[in-house]
Amino acid sequence: MPHIPLTEGLPGIRGLMAYSPATARPLNELAEILLRYDDNTLTRGERELIGAYVSSLNDCFFCQNVHGALAGYYLDLDMQAIDMIKQRYETTTLSDKLKALLSIAGSVQKGGKYVTAAQIERARAEGATDKEIHDTVLIAAAFCMFNRYVDGLDTWAPRDRQLYIERAPLRAAEGYIDFDLYK
Amino acid sequence: MPYIPLPEHLPGITGLLEYRQDTAAPIRELTQILLRGPSTLTEAERELIATVVSNRNECRFCTAAHTAAASVLMGEADTASQVKRDIEAAPVSEKMKALLTIAAQVQVNGKNVTEASIKRARENGATDLEIHDTVLIAALFCLYNRYVDGLATVTPDNPDFYIALGGRLKQHGYNRLKQGYDHLKQSTLHK
Repeated sequence: MPHIPLTEGLPGIRGLMAYSPATARPLNELAEILLRYDDNTLTRGERELIGAYVSSLNDCFFCQNVHGALAGYYLDLDMQAIDMIKQRYETTTLSDKLKALLSIAGSVQKGGKYVTAAQIERARAEGATDKEIHDTVLIAAAFCMFNRYVDGLDTWAPRDRQLYIERAPLRAAEGYIDFDLYK
Repeated sequence: MPYIPLPEHLPGITGLLEYRQDTAAPIRELTQILLRGPSTLTEAERELIATVVSNRNECRFCTAAHTAAASVLMGEADTASQVKRDIEAAPVSEKMKALLTIAAQVQVNGKNVTEASIKRARENGATDLEIHDTVLIAALFCLYNRYVDGLATVTPDNPDFYIALGGRLKQHGYNRLKQGYDHLKQSTLHK
């Protein structure tokens, strides 16, 4: 049971959006700019993967499944491949630049101070730009907020992981700002 | 030295918010709503939540900034300093002790918020919305603290820098200043 009364049937952050529309608006706008704007050299899939990875480290079931499914949709990877990335991305066939950025995101999840100059250097050596490093840190930090919001109020989420995969194409098409909360 | 090139006269969060103003706009708006919008919690109480979370995330810049903001709003510095040391012993209401405890649990992880701490907040008069806002403020500062430290922004040592910043946060809140921040290039407080 959520810690505050939320509309039944609205999972995860969606129940919180209905509860507090005023704060939902900037939260959604931030997600849209960071994860979906095309004025970015990181693909939507790469950015969703950073969100999914941080959410898995924070053990947030709802967020890691929503964003894992979106990353899978964009990158054409199945649930098993996404799970493998969450558990040991260094051994996967992801680009070396993305591995370096995921390593930075993993440190941000623990605390900002855990990001080392060596990690930044590695990302740069693999071709990451200032803006990509900036966005990686901010996406990771933003998910440390979203995950805590969702779990801190003990929101409900469907346990069937396949559901998130089935919803991903719709979620990818509608984005984070202009959508029907109840669909 | 920050990991990415940031304006020298804007240490801490301000340089980051100027570096990418498109993401800064919703972050600023969310903060303005949560910390300065209509609420049954005072502005100072909400700043104390930010202070406790920033302190536990060991973010020196945010801790000093929100300690200063809370203190200037309350007209004394003792309370902000005490909530950082020991929530239970601090001179705040029982309701605030319960809400600060929830915020401290959120700082560790959302899953750490217990039924017992929610119950305690309710028994001391906290409303659903106050509990909601406490969790979201605490979560928001987990973003800020990681953003500020994750890119290794500069933390000025001069205490007067934070007094000036606290005053600005009291007067202007979290909206971007209309004139921008070029006037701070004349300041020596960040050096």
